[in-house]
Amino acid sequence: MGMFDGIAGFGVTFSTMFKKVVTEEYPLVKKVTAPRYHGRHQLNRHPDGLEKCVGCELCAWACPADAIYVEGGDNTPEARFSPGERYGAIYQINYLRCIGCGLCIEACPTRSLTMTNEYELADDDRQDLIYTKDMLLAPLLPGMEQPPHPMRLGDDEQDYYVQGPEMAKRGLEQAGEHDLDTDNRAGANALPGAALVGKAPEDQR
Amino acid sequence: MGLEEKLPNGILLATVEGLVNWTRKASLWPATFGLACCAIEMMTSGAPRYDLGRFGMEVFRPSPRQADLMIVAGRVTNKMAPVLRQIYDQMAEPRWVLAMGVCASSGGMFNNYAVVQGVDHVVPVDMYLPGCPPRPEMLIDAILKLHQKIQVEPLGPVRAELAAERRAQGETLELLPSSVKYGRK
Repeated sequence: MGMFDGIAGFGVTFSTMFKKVVTEEYPLVKKVTAPRYHGRHQLNRHPDGLEKCVGCELCAWACPADAIYVEGGDNTPEARFSPGERYGAIYQINYLRCIGCGLCIEACPTRSLTMTNEYELADDDRQDLIYTKDMLLAPLLPGMEQPPHPMRLGDDEQDYYVQGPEMAKRGLEQAGEHDLDTDNRAGANALPGAALVGKAPEDQR
Repeated sequence: MGLEEKLPNGILLATVEGLVNWTRKASLWPATFGLACCAIEMMTSGAPRYDLGRFGMEVFRPSPRQADLMIVAGRVTNKMAPVLRQIYDQMAEPRWVLAMGVCASSGGMFNNYAVVQGVDHVVPVDMYLPGCPPRPEMLIDAILKLHQKIQVEPLGPVRAELAAERRAQGETLELLPSSVKYGRK
């Protein structure tokens, strides 16, 4: 080489002009995260709209950062929020503490708590980053009814848990929809047509 | 009504406040202040894949005097807190602070004697960014939300008084998610 050493480096710059641009167009095009991404939480519902959360506080116990606060309440015949005896009366997640580890999701016995692919959480107010139950609850899908209301799909909570998949299917036929995943496993909203989750809280705020 | 009706085509009018805020937000130079794992994501944000240079801020200033924005990336220990405050004090006004990650925002999972429970104990914070660590898109989102805030900042004491009055009447700035505000329709 010798005499070309001084300009050899420009070859790198020049050849880069013919390479594909790697830059993401993030604010213009929203980045679709991995299907099982640990984003904002969501409290799911049974196919008739009753909440899946039974207020057992296992998520709060599992949380290594103490970010979850739950207070259970008793269901009464007049006001029923979930099948069974108890429901989560107060449910708060402090996103200033939450590290998104997913231990709460593993701890949840009813698959009430799952995570969405929502990640644009920044805010300038600490108070607004403590998400309350109304912000975390899944939106009502077609065929669902705002609790409190009696159990529509069975006589007791065992019917809800044992026949869960069949009920989801039936609710689906009633609603005339084909892509309802009321269970909302992590990543369900990354599939086309299932983008029903993670929208409501922003609308409500 | 005013001047705008007498102007020829192709001339735009703006307020001085709008122009000043626009220049401020469009070249927001961050100070290098990485403290922990969040700093890795912060560095990634400056690299080609996420490219903070698109928003006029790819160079992390090693000297606080040339910086406008302090991204507190990581947990602040009690020993680090005075250093952080000194760097903040050395930055020239106007200056902003972004608490990146849960540790800087509130102490996160480190609720112990060594870690400051939120960097707002030491410096005023303009934007909190949760996540452990937040992905680069989240940092870009927080910075763009901060841009929204900077764009409406009042210039001078009279405008500041008016803004305070509006705030007292309950008017708040709604921070939209960046993919909603800037996303391609």
